[in-house]
Amino acid sequence: MAASFNQLPANVSERPGFVLRAGRAMRRDVLALFGLLIIVLVLLLAVFGPWLAPEPGTGAGVVDVSARMQPPSAAHPFGTDWLGRDVFSRVILGARIAIQVSFVVVGLAILVGVPLGAIAGYRRGRIDGLIMRITDLFLAFPPLLLAMAIVAALGPGLQNATLALVISWWPWYTRIARGLAVSLREWPFVDAARAMGIRESTIIFRHIVPNSVGPIVVQATIDIGTVILAAGGLAFIGLGARPPAPDWGLMVAEGRQYILDQWWLSTFPGLAIFFTVLAFNLVGDLLLRLLDPRQED
Amino acid sequence: MAVPQTRPPGTDVPEPVLRIRDLWIRFRTPGRRTTAVSGIDLEVGRGEILGVVGETGCGKTVTGLSVLGLLPETAEVTAAELNLLGRDLRALSDDDWRRLRGTDVAMVFQNPSGSFNPVFTIGAQMRDVLRQHERVKGAAADARIREVLTACAMPDPDRVMRSYPHQLSGGMLQRAMLGLALLCRPRLLIADEPTTALDVTIAAQILELILRLQREMGFSVLFITHDLGVVRRVCGRVAVLYAGRVVETAPTRELFRAPQHPYTRGLIAAVPRTQRVAGALATIPGSVPPDPGAVEGCAFRDRCELAIERCARERPELRLLGSGWVACHVAGEQAAGQTDGDGQADGQGQADGDGRT
Repeated sequence: MAASFNQLPANVSERPGFVLRAGRAMRRDVLALFGLLIIVLVLLLAVFGPWLAPEPGTGAGVVDVSARMQPPSAAHPFGTDWLGRDVFSRVILGARIAIQVSFVVVGLAILVGVPLGAIAGYRRGRIDGLIMRITDLFLAFPPLLLAMAIVAALGPGLQNATLALVISWWPWYTRIARGLAVSLREWPFVDAARAMGIRESTIIFRHIVPNSVGPIVVQATIDIGTVILAAGGLAFIGLGARPPAPDWGLMVAEGRQYILDQWWLSTFPGLAIFFTVLAFNLVGDLLLRLLDPRQED
Repeated sequence: MAVPQTRPPGTDVPEPVLRIRDLWIRFRTPGRRTTAVSGIDLEVGRGEILGVVGETGCGKTVTGLSVLGLLPETAEVTAAELNLLGRDLRALSDDDWRRLRGTDVAMVFQNPSGSFNPVFTIGAQMRDVLRQHERVKGAAADARIREVLTACAMPDPDRVMRSYPHQLSGGMLQRAMLGLALLCRPRLLIADEPTTALDVTIAAQILELILRLQREMGFSVLFITHDLGVVRRVCGRVAVLYAGRVVETAPTRELFRAPQHPYTRGLIAAVPRTQRVAGALATIPGSVPPDPGAVEGCAFRDRCELAIERCARERPELRLLGSGWVACHVAGEQAAGQTDGDGQADGQGQADGDGRT
C-alpha cells in the first residue's frame, strides 16, 4: 500500500496524439489529403502571390491591350482577358482576396458569436433569452440574402461585403457555442470551479470556451469555404470587390459575357473557387471525424 | 408534546464552524414543488469531522451545496439559521458567495476525473484559484501549490503541476483535488462522497490522507457519504439523514454501538458482513416516499415495524437520548431485548471494520 501510495502511475497508453491520428486518417482518406494540399497551396498563393504571379501588375490595373483575349498558351496558361491581362496571374493574386475575406469573416464571426453564445449558454435565463432572440432575428434570413441586403444598404465594395458577411455569419457561432456551453456547464469541472469560487467570467472564458474549440474549428473550416463562395457570389452580382481587383467571383462575373467564345475568362477563376471550397469542406469533414471519437474505427 | 426535552442537537459542540437550523430546500419545477430537505439541524464543530449519511436522494448533497450557495436557481432555501464562521450565509450577495467559496469553505466531489478542466494543466488550474482569491502569482504561487501537493502525499509535485488531468490516475486526481480545495486553507471542507468513485485501496489512502490533513491543518469536515464503513473510519460524529430530515445524530462510536432510530438500525443491519455467510442480505423493506417533504408525521413510518399511531400524526422532533439525538417517537421506549440483539449484530460489524483497516 505504501509503495503504490508513493508511486506515480506510468503514463497510461493514451490514444495517439492528434497529429498522428490526422496523419493516419489522411493515408486512408485520400480526398482529405488532396483537400489539405489544395489548402496549403491556396495559403501559399495568398501569402506569396505577388511574387509568384508572372504578371503581378495585372491585379492593380496594368493592362496590355495588344495581347487581349488570347486563348491559353505556354505564355499565358489560362489565357488573357479583354484588357490583355494574364488570367493565370489574376487567379493567383485572387487567392489573397479569397483567403483574406474568408478568414476575416469567420474570425470576426467567431470573435463576436462565440463569447455571446458561451455567455448565453452558461448564464441561461433572461440573458440567454435576449441573446438568442437577437440571433434568431438574424437567422430568420438566409445568410446570403441578408448579406446582400446589408451591402445594398451600405454600398458595394469588398469592405462592406466583408462586414455584411460577418453580420450574417456570427449568429451561427452563437448557436454552436451556446449549445456547447449548455452541456459543458453541467460538467463536474465547472461545478468544481464554481465551488472554488472562480469568477463567472473566468469560468466562461477558461473553462467553457476552450472546451468548445473542437466543434468550432470544424465549423470554421467548413465555413471558410462557404464564405469564399458567398463572397464570390456577392462579387458576381456586383456587390463585392470592385474592378480591377482580381477577385475570383468578380472575374467569373466579368467573363460571363464572353463565356461562349472566350471560355477561359470565367472557367479558371470558377475552378479556383470550386477547388478551394471543396478543399475546405473535405478537411472540415476530416476534422469532424477526428474530433468525434464515435466515428473512429 | 414533549417540548421541554427537545433541544437543538449538538449544542454541546464547542465553537461551531457551521451551524444550520431548520434548513428547508425546495425545488420548483413547472407545476410542481419538491421538498429535498425539510428542516435539517446540523452543527460542525471546530476540527470536527461530521459524517452525513443517508441513501441517495435523502438530501445530503443539496445540504452540502447549500453551504456553498451552489444550488441551482430553481432551489428555494430557507433556514432559521445558516451560519458559517459567524457569518450569516442567508444574507450573502453573489460576490460574497464567490469570495467565500474556496477560502472559508471548499468542496471535494465524487468524480475526481471530471473535476479538472481537461484542457489545462493541474498547475494552471490551481494558479487560477490563488490568483483569484489571494492575488498570489508566479513563483510564490508555484511554491504554495508545491507545498500543498506535497502535503497531499504527491511524491513529484512539479510533475503533477505540469500534468493534464488525463495523465493522472483517479487516486492522484482526487489527491490533487484535495490539494486544490485546501489551497487557500479553508476552515470547512465539504467532502461529497470523495471515495465512492475510487477502488478500495485508493479510497483507503484518500481517507487516511483526509484524516492526516485534518489533524495537521485543523479544518473541519462535513463528510457526506452513504458508506457506513467510511463513516466509522473517519467521522467523530454522525448525522443520519432520511427523506430530508436528520433522524439521528450521535458520536460515531455510540451510533454504531447502540443505534436508536429504527432507520439507523436498518442501515447498520444492511451492511454486508463476511461472517454472515448464509441467507439473504438484510434490507429495509419499502422505499422513500416520493415527496417526503409533504409527508405529515414521520417519513419513515411506512417502512418502520415499530410505527405507532402517533407517527402518522405528529412529526418527531430530535430529542436527547443517551449520548445522541434521535427523531423518533418510539426509540428508547421499547423492550431492552431488541437493543441487545442489535448490539450483538453490531459487534460483528465492528469486527469487520477492524478486519478492513
